[in-house]
Amino acid sequence: MNRWLSDSALDRLREVADTPDLEGTRYRLVQKLGQGGMGGVFCVEDITLERQVALKALNLPPGDGAWSARLLQEARVIAKLEHPGIVPVHDAGTLPDGRPFYTMKLVQGKRLDEHLAAVGNISDRLRVFLRICDPVAFAHAHGVLHRDLKPANVMVGPFGEVLVMDWGLSKLMRAPRGNEEPATTSVIGRVGPTTEHGAVLGTPGFMAPEQTSGSTELDERADIYSLGAMLQSLVAEVHAVPRALAAIIRKAMAHDRRQRYRSVPELAEDVAHFLDGLPVKAYPEADWARAWRWISRNRAWILLLLAYMITRAVLILLRPR
Amino acid sequence: MNKALLGLILGGVLGIFDGLTAWFTPAVRSQMVGIVIGSTVKGLIAGVLTGYFARKVKSLPLGIVFGLGVGLLLAYAVAAMPDASGKHYYWEIMLPGGIVGVIIGYATQRFGQPAQTAAH
Repeated sequence: MNRWLSDSALDRLREVADTPDLEGTRYRLVQKLGQGGMGGVFCVEDITLERQVALKALNLPPGDGAWSARLLQEARVIAKLEHPGIVPVHDAGTLPDGRPFYTMKLVQGKRLDEHLAAVGNISDRLRVFLRICDPVAFAHAHGVLHRDLKPANVMVGPFGEVLVMDWGLSKLMRAPRGNEEPATTSVIGRVGPTTEHGAVLGTPGFMAPEQTSGSTELDERADIYSLGAMLQSLVAEVHAVPRALAAIIRKAMAHDRRQRYRSVPELAEDVAHFLDGLPVKAYPEADWARAWRWISRNRAWILLLLAYMITRAVLILLRPR
Repeated sequence: MNKALLGLILGGVLGIFDGLTAWFTPAVRSQMVGIVIGSTVKGLIAGVLTGYFARKVKSLPLGIVFGLGVGLLLAYAVAAMPDASGKHYYWEIMLPGGIVGVIIGYATQRFGQPAQTAAH
């Protein structure tokens, strides 16, 4: 083929082939936003509602039933996760060219890693992290694992809204059986691209060891590991990471998942406690350290009361006899 | 707890404590009851005024300055009244009174529920 067509002509052909056929639909193509392994994401205009939305469509030839079903399943799962931190799905179906698609809210913001470049304060970064934990915990509560949490999959909107994106690798878990385990692990369905038994999906550096090894027995602790890795990346530029925060990261990223936090709310609680200057579960501290932290937290009160007591004492000592 | 109530309680408690310290001044021990009552009322007034200010103005420095001003003003009003021998206790009353005002100003800005805006 290369003997007959130039590279640029080939690129153009690929571009045309990837472009979804929106003829006769309520959508009009505006621009391409991104390209994944099996599909593309496009900015389209919803003519009926007169607004721009994001359209995700497979770029596989029509007739691949398995992929089509999985894209639809992905859309259904995201649609069920109604949470301010999860991009809402608006529509799903099949395009005139036979490709399955779904549309979702068009998020116009920055990727987390880009957003954080302008946020130097560690407390502000941790507050963003806590807002990432919310939708992930919500998804877990609905039996959905994300499996690809990383800064590139988090968007921060112009009004500071934090959205967890790209649930293409997400996985359904069986409902929890009581409280003895954080979540049961057997896979009852997969949402994202085909996952052969033992296939490794995710992003190196953010994947839990059990995910890296291709285990199918994943549970929410795999996402907790990824959140720990994200937390580590958030404070990577901090010269001296406080011990308690380092302990939280270590616990979230423990190689043995039994040593990790049992749930995302538990991890978030420790981070929130760290922010508030309260003790964290991951870092047992000595009594003197606890007392010092209490004094540090209440130093304004203590100084004011001390000033009052000293004044009173001085006045009593200096009173005329 | 709203800020005015917080100021009222804190002012009252500190006022009682402030009045009780008069016990260390033998010359005025005989007037302890009156001193404690007066000091408590002074604390309550300072507390409620500072708390009300905190409901309206959300600023730690301004809250502290307002508390200090109210504390000093009320303490001055008390100190301006001489004892039986005609002696005034400006320092003894105004210094702790000012600090109590600062404490209330700080507390009402940092803690307590702010005023709620009515929905329209």
